Amino acid sequence: MSETTGRSSEGQLRRTLSALRHDPLAFTGSAVLVLLVVVGVAGTWLAPAGVNEVDVDRMLQAPSWAHPFGTDELGRDVLSRVMIAARVSLQVGLVSVGIALTVGTTLGLLAGYYRGWLDNVLMRCMDVLFAFPVLLLAVAIVAVLGPGLLTATIAVGVVYTPIFARVTRAGVLSVREQVFVRAAISIGASDLRIMRRHVLPNIAAPLIVQTSLSLAFAILSEAALSFLGLGVQPPEPAWGRMLYDGRGFVTEAWWLGVFPGAAIFLTVLAFNLVGDALRDVLDPRQLTVSEARRSST
Amino acid sequence: MARFVIRRLLQSAVVLLGVTLVVFLLLQLVPGDPVRVALGTRFDPQTYEALRARAGLDQPLVVQYFDYLRRALTGDLGVSFRSGRPVTSIVLERLPATLSLAVTAVLFALLIAVPLGILSAVRSGSFIDHAARVFSQFGVSVPDFWMGIMGILLFAGVLGWLPPSGYVALTEDPARWASHVALPAATVGLVTAAILTRFIRSSMLEVLAEDYVRTAEAKGLRTRTVVRRHVLRNALIPVVTVVAVQLASLLGGVIVIEVLFAWPGIGRLTYDAVQARDYPVLQGAVLLVAALFLLMNLLVDILYARLDPRITVE
Repeated sequence: MSETTGRSSEGQLRRTLSALRHDPLAFTGSAVLVLLVVVGVAGTWLAPAGVNEVDVDRMLQAPSWAHPFGTDELGRDVLSRVMIAARVSLQVGLVSVGIALTVGTTLGLLAGYYRGWLDNVLMRCMDVLFAFPVLLLAVAIVAVLGPGLLTATIAVGVVYTPIFARVTRAGVLSVREQVFVRAAISIGASDLRIMRRHVLPNIAAPLIVQTSLSLAFAILSEAALSFLGLGVQPPEPAWGRMLYDGRGFVTEAWWLGVFPGAAIFLTVLAFNLVGDALRDVLDPRQLTVSEARRSST
Repeated sequence: MARFVIRRLLQSAVVLLGVTLVVFLLLQLVPGDPVRVALGTRFDPQTYEALRARAGLDQPLVVQYFDYLRRALTGDLGVSFRSGRPVTSIVLERLPATLSLAVTAVLFALLIAVPLGILSAVRSGSFIDHAARVFSQFGVSVPDFWMGIMGILLFAGVLGWLPPSGYVALTEDPARWASHVALPAATVGLVTAAILTRFIRSSMLEVLAEDYVRTAEAKGLRTRTVVRRHVLRNALIPVVTVVAVQLASLLGGVIVIEVLFAWPGIGRLTYDAVQARDYPVLQGAVLLVAALFLLMNLLVDILYARLDPRITVE
């Protein structure tokens, strides 16, 4: 059983990597993400200037060779701040989706596997969280816990938990009826072992797709929170915060509005492109007309 | 059908109860004493005691919750820590501004998404299909507030065609309302259009692959007739759901746009309440939006079941 699972996941991994390599959009998205990770990790060393190097003599300077993205209202180099802020966006995105993935998957697994009252209670709780528009709930959580990087991360993690719980539960409901799960139950395997070894690997595909797409939304949500002044606090740079700080100057210094926003857009676009490609390979329910017709004949 | 409606009503009631609990607990999560935090430097013992008693904070937690629930059911959401006015009237005053923005944005989105989504699916693989896919990918990836800033830069700064921000009530001066709503509605509408285009395209593709469509084509019907009479009717049913859900989320989810364009709606109210630490107003706005969101979802489910009877069976 485990050998079969191992072989099929190796095949799936190969197919996924090959699809990412051969789809030009997904390849571009992956390349942008690699670049983003490099900038995120080494931004402090790669940036041409310090993140908070204030120089009032060169404030609000338009883009030039010395400052390709211009300078802000305190004379700080916008390019350096955009580069260093990549770390914050990646960090919030990864940690918050990590929280949502861990909590949501655990709850979805328990609900789908045990069904009954536990399923009812857990899923109704998820329904309650679903009843709030995403950003509104995140704003409310940050409002009571106080603004900051940690609370923004927790808030974004909480609002994306229900979707992971639902995706997991739906997968578990179909997998738990499969013969290999029944066989594992009949030979006396523990519930924990069945969930870990047999159920989880078989619902990994939709979870991977959801993770990739949620990263895009999480980065957007963090940027929106920071734009409202509720996310990352100064002097730490964040793309949304840079737009928030610069919005009073955008009509006289367009670069303060253009570059941080373009960084958010490119990052989210890259995650979406990779997410879409992963969905096509791992969860191919969406076909074109010709493909659908071909498969139905 | 009746059983389906009753079941959905009961489910919604349970979720609404959960929503009130979450909204109530928000105030309990505030580190320290929420009234003291809200009053800040304006603290004086008399106001403090009055506000604490009015908010019921001197009672045990369970009593506080049931009291909150009882008052909420009668439309009493407490009083603002800042102005002392009833929260319900503060929130309701802001509803028309948000409603006018959300409805205009959705109409704008439909104007773009319906023709684009249909053409993209019918001419799958063509230039228009690629353009539609690029547009929808762009729309779901672009931060709406960034697009708003770019809109202000272009249409207010460079061209000077539209005001950069502000609000005029529709009933006061429709022409000036239109000029003020254009930028925020177009900003929100473009993002919504991207989501709808994607959805309409995939819904159309699904229906186009059905056997009855092939039969209609085999009978020799023109593509236009097949699309209009057989595909559109079925493909647009799930789209109704998405449009309503989008509208519902816009009612509470346009905080950033309302802040950016100084639009005095519920989103802006929520933001101001957060800044002023006016927790009863925050609670009231969140509760109203969540309740509206639930109500819209309930109505959509019922409408959906009317349009497609298979739903009630499932």
